Parts: sequence; structure tokens; C-alpha cells
Amino acid sequence: MDKVIVADNLSLAYSKDETIINKVSFSIDSGSFVFITGASGSGKSTLLKSLYGALKPNEGSLVVAGVELRGVTKSKLNLLRKHTGIVFQDYKLVKEWTIEKNIMLPLIISGYDKTIQQNQVDTLLKHVRLKHQAGKYPQELSGGEQQRVAMARALSHNPVLILADEPTGNLDDYSSQLIWNLLEGANTDLKSTVIVVTHHIPESMGIDYKHFHIEYGSIHEVS
Amino acid sequence: MKSLRNHLSLVIALLSILFSLQTFVIVQRSVDAYKDNLANNYSLVVVSQKRLDEKAVMNKHKLIKQALALSPDSVIKKLNSGINKKNIDLLKLSLPKFYKLILTHYPSPSEVNNLTKALLRDTSIIKVETFSKSHDTTYKLLLLFKTVISVFAFSVGIVTILLIFKELKIWQFKHTERMSIMGLFGAPTWLSSAVLFRLAFVDALIASALAFMMFTYVGSTKWVHEQFSNIGIEVVVFDPIVDFSIMLAVALVLSTLLAVFIVISHKEEV
Repeated sequence: MDKVIVADNLSLAYSKDETIINKVSFSIDSGSFVFITGASGSGKSTLLKSLYGALKPNEGSLVVAGVELRGVTKSKLNLLRKHTGIVFQDYKLVKEWTIEKNIMLPLIISGYDKTIQQNQVDTLLKHVRLKHQAGKYPQELSGGEQQRVAMARALSHNPVLILADEPTGNLDDYSSQLIWNLLEGANTDLKSTVIVVTHHIPESMGIDYKHFHIEYGSIHEVS
Repeated sequence: MKSLRNHLSLVIALLSILFSLQTFVIVQRSVDAYKDNLANNYSLVVVSQKRLDEKAVMNKHKLIKQALALSPDSVIKKLNSGINKKNIDLLKLSLPKFYKLILTHYPSPSEVNNLTKALLRDTSIIKVETFSKSHDTTYKLLLLFKTVISVFAFSVGIVTILLIFKELKIWQFKHTERMSIMGLFGAPTWLSSAVLFRLAFVDALIASALAFMMFTYVGSTKWVHEQFSNIGIEVVVFDPIVDFSIMLAVALVLSTLLAVFIVISHKEEV
């Protein structure tokens, strides 16, 4: 099976004195569903940031979808991000844009036709049960609704890789279940590789998944 | 409403800059018009023992625009009673010759001094009347007025810079987040900053259009023209082609610079 992520002796740090991830090696198969768990401050989110190029490797190599992220150029990084859907813990929605336009963002960046953009947004709004909120602004929605918008945005351009940082943290059961269903659907229907950073793996997962655990700067697969 | 609020802050800042700029232009035009007015009303009188060639007098100094011989008839008329024609003719011949010198512009006291020296080098010229007392007072008033305008311009410059910096901080706060989010989804810099440049362009157009309407109205007001005619000058308050072009250029340059500065100073979120 093709590898979508290959890390070799990878070290990540925000400063020279503070190494968060220390010389880890792992790989993730294309089309798999992966959970990354670990205690608070263990480096889960840091690792996820490195996967979309927001944090460059200090040591070793990190290849995501064929792109070596150590010393990656801006244009190559943009290309990788165009094929990646990211769900942030703090949603990162554009405040001055409507829900509809926020979901449209990856499609605008990828240069899709306006009709395709609108059709895709309409479909996703139905999936996240927010069709009636399309014209509203993010700050007019609850936290759960904002996270559903962020999820719809991450899926809008059918990405090959979906990275989700605690997508259900602090959400009610209804929103959480909706998000897990969408992530499962993206993995099974779109064949996207899904990597989720979380504290708790939901018990109701209906698909096979892999589980990596981060502890003391190293990562190991939990069987 | 939201869209209006997005535009309002920069439009107000640009409008106040354009207002200050045009006000300064109007004041500068008023000073120039008043200076021309003074130059038209100011002249020197030269007294010579013999008749002078008017062209030769004009060549003595570049400041001299025109030399006019003054007729002695009005002086002689006062002495007319009891003097016969022969003696009057003799008197006319013995009287010194008077010339009025019209200048190219309103001179400074040092220019008047140099001109006087240049004229007195001609041995036939015995006196140059510069009306220095009244000239000096008027010139000092003009200088004071110009200084006040310079201080005003400087203050406007400072306020403009402060306004731009304030606007810069607001814009940085408002647009950096969106640019970062767009960057995280792979938007190239030109795309993530396109909204910023479009906003800068539209706001520059709105501010220039508002300034155009405001000054067209001011320029057509009777009261404003009356104020200028009261001091004997006529001033173009607003030239719809030249002044508007300058305003539009200033607004576009300022807002584009603001956008460029934000794009340059934007750092990708980690």
C-alpha cells in the first residue's frame, strides 16, 4: 500500500532548548484512518502542524503526499495544502465571511467553477445540518455549529488527506456524532486519509483504524 | 451594514487626508494670488537727471518688468499761475525725469536692495524711491502668513502619518487572520491579499469621490468666492480635472502602500 506520510528520525521543536518530538520514525498508509492520542502537551498538535507544513522539521525527514517538508518551497507547500483538509481546534473561520463563503474557501483557492462551488457547498451544508444558517457569520453560531462548518470546509474540495485537531473537543453529543460520521464517510467514500488528534477515541467507530500514541517525545503504534 | 463598516474606517482616514491636502492647496493658491495682487500694486519710482532709455532701464535688472516715464505736467500745473510759457518750457527741461518701474513679482527686501544698488550704478539716476516702510510691513505679513501655512502643512503631515499608522494597526488586526487562514488552505500570497488590495482600491475611489463632491460644492458656494473677492483675489477652489486627479492618485498610493505594508509584514501562523 502507498504511504501518504513517511517520517524518518523526525524532530520537532519551537526553540532550540525545547524539543517536542524527538527523532521519531513512522509511516501512514494512504486511505487509512488514524488516531493520534497522548496527554496534554505531549506534542499531538505539534505533530499535526508539521504535517501541514506550519512547523518545519528540525531534524530528520517528513514526507507528506510525496512532498518533503524539510526545506519545502512555498509553492510546493501551497500545492500540498490545496489537497489537504484541515480541521482546527479553534475552527479558524473567517469572521467577516458568511458560513457559505467559509466552506467555499478551498474551492475558491483551487479555482473551481462557481457552479461547482455552489453545488458542493449546498451538499455539505445539508450534511452538516446547517442549510438554514448559510447566510450567517461564524460568530452568530454556537461552538458545535462552527466546528461543523470547519468540517464542511475541510471536506469541500475532496482532499486526499484530512487532518483534524481535536475536532470534537467541547462539543455536544449531536455535533460530535455528526463530525465522526463525516470523517468516516470521507475515509470510506472519498478514500481520503484521515488523521485525527484526540484525547478519546469514540467507542462507536464503525471502521478500522490505526492508533498512534505520543509520550515523552516519541510515538508508538498501539495494537 | 458589515460591508459598510469594513470600508468606513479607511474611507474616513483617506477623506480627512484629502480634505487637508485640498485645504492646503487652496490656501497656497490664495497666497500666490495675493502675492500677484501685491506685485501688481507695487512699483518703484526712479529719479534721473537726464532722459533714460526705457529698454535700457529694463535691462539693468531681471526683476524689472516694465519702465514707464512719468509726465511732469501735473506738477507744473500747480506752479502754472504767473509763469509764462517760455519759463514753463525751461522749467520742464531743468526738472529731473521720473520713471515708474513695474516688477515681475513681489520682491523681498533684499531683492529691493539689490535692485536699488543696480539702478544707482547709473550715475544719471539720483534717487530710487522704494517705499520701503510700507513694503517691509506687507512683506513681513506675507512671510508670517506663509509660516503659518507651513506649520499647518507640517501638522497635517503629522496627523496624516498618525492616521495611517492607526489604520495600519486596524488593518493588520483585521486582515492578518483571514490571510493566515487562506494560507493554511494553500492560497498563494496574491490570492490571500487580493481582498485587501480590492478593499484599498475601492476605498480610495470612494474617498476621492466624496472629496470631489465636497469640494465641488464648496467651490460653487457664493460665500467662499465673496471671501476671496473681499481681499481682492480670485482663487480656483477646486479644479475638477487637475485637483481630482491629484486626490485620486494620493488616495490610491496611500491605500495601496498600506496594503503592501500589511502583506510584507504578514507572518504565517505557526
